[in-house]
Amino acid sequence: MYKAQFTTPIYPYLLLLPQMAIIAIFFLWPSAEAIRSSFFLSDPFFGSETFVGFENYTDAVTRSDYMRVAWFTLIFTAVVTFVSLAIALILAVAADNVLRGQGPYKTLLMWVYAIAPPVAGLIGIMLFDQHIGPIVRFVALFGWEMQVGVDYWDSAIAMMVVATWKQIPINFIFFLSGLQSIPKGVREAAAIDNPSPSSRFWTIIFPLLAPTSFFLMIINITYAFFETFGIIDVMLKGEPGNNPVTLVYKVFLDGFRGNDLGGSSAQSVILMIFVLALTIVQFRLIERRVHYV
Amino acid sequence: MMGPIVVAFTTSTHDAVTIHSGGMQLIPGDNLVPTYTAVLFEEGGFTKTVTGWGMLINSTILGLGFAIGKIIVSMLAAYAIVYFRFPLGTLAFWVIFSTLLLPLEVRILPSYEVVQGLGLLNTYTGLILPLIASATGTFFFRQFFKSVPNELLEAARIDGAGPLRFFWDILVPLSRTMIAAIFIIMFVLGWNQYLWPILMTTDESFYTVVRGIRQILQVWIGSNIPDYNEALALAIVAMLPPVAIVIFFQRMFIKGLVESEK
Repeated sequence: MYKAQFTTPIYPYLLLLPQMAIIAIFFLWPSAEAIRSSFFLSDPFFGSETFVGFENYTDAVTRSDYMRVAWFTLIFTAVVTFVSLAIALILAVAADNVLRGQGPYKTLLMWVYAIAPPVAGLIGIMLFDQHIGPIVRFVALFGWEMQVGVDYWDSAIAMMVVATWKQIPINFIFFLSGLQSIPKGVREAAAIDNPSPSSRFWTIIFPLLAPTSFFLMIINITYAFFETFGIIDVMLKGEPGNNPVTLVYKVFLDGFRGNDLGGSSAQSVILMIFVLALTIVQFRLIERRVHYV
Repeated sequence: MMGPIVVAFTTSTHDAVTIHSGGMQLIPGDNLVPTYTAVLFEEGGFTKTVTGWGMLINSTILGLGFAIGKIIVSMLAAYAIVYFRFPLGTLAFWVIFSTLLLPLEVRILPSYEVVQGLGLLNTYTGLILPLIASATGTFFFRQFFKSVPNELLEAARIDGAGPLRFFWDILVPLSRTMIAAIFIIMFVLGWNQYLWPILMTTDESFYTVVRGIRQILQVWIGSNIPDYNEALALAIVAMLPPVAIVIFFQRMFIKGLVESEK
């Protein structure tokens, strides 16, 4: 795209200076350091380092607890992403049919968006508390003795419920604005051609929402990976024990509790590569969508 | 969706014994003022140096510092990238772009070491600057600047405006809604930070309120009848400012979200 530009020689460098300085010190340097130390075995007591090549990587990936955490992260991410998208879509379609979006409940949903994950975690752990939690009492009626913080899968389910709850509103807002941007003419034409509302939804409306859904999917995966740290940490009361954690949490645990700098760095680099791949997909999608508009 | 929050609030207005014996409460109790006063003004934590009020101030400093800092830094950078032709422009763009790829969480350990090496642990600078290092703001502004018509710049140049004049008199006023939307998003993001403050602040007088939640849980584990009411009250206190901002600026916020989607 043609854009008239200044050719003043020094200004652009001055303008870029603050951003570049911050990036160099707090991004490039630590990232390089993470990659470097992932190839070393360091001794936290003597500060000495030995070059071990890819040993930290092979070590991390082949360890059984890493695979267990990786599997859990995968399941956790899939469940949170799928369930929160599905519920948000159902709610958005309902809201769109009823009042075309202007309503106090939009405001109410905004509330949940603005809550910090650890705060959601705290409310969650109260709801799932052994003594006072209404959810625990409720499922006990069906004979399910839920023990969050003790039983692996009970904790996992509680964490997924809270993480999903926190993510539904943002998905809802995007779906609703996506639905409302579908021109009225398209809907009316569809209504004439196809009398069944459900088949109308799947053949006309849903494909039009597909770009929004894909975008949201990536947002949700990133959320489940990184931002749920606060929920998990609070719900496990900072004491993970034998409970489910995600890969990001494990980087934190191994690095700061376990003092395994090399192993933690290798895990960081694996995560970096994953996020890198995800972002490239996302960026290509976003660039393509700019051309449509 | 709101159910858990309402229950959290009504429960926080009862005393701890009632909650312990009767479970979470649906009807408001009569302990609203004592509980919230205790949470806000009673000194807690291990060293008894931090109050809820102090943590709120720290959170505000973090939220504002992060949002304002990010807007200034990223607006300048986006201006340089979009409106100037210079040899290192493309390189700068790719360096900035690379920060989008990796959130702070994946390089948390080396970031901690860098900040420690610079002697910035337990300072606001150390708390805020590493969070600014991700260039999301630059990309929002870049997209926005690219949508500004060329004719504006051409007209300004015919009128003899230099780069600084064009920036201040035309671009900044034009970006007002964009700035507001980014401010809201970033303030909430800064306020809600958790992992980084956990590592950075060992001195309780630097605790943010979201960070303080972890502390209240650790006190909770040891006692016979946990202070459920105070924990929930702190949660309510921690969520109010970002919620208030989001609701107050709702229109702009939705606009910002929808625009950021592009």
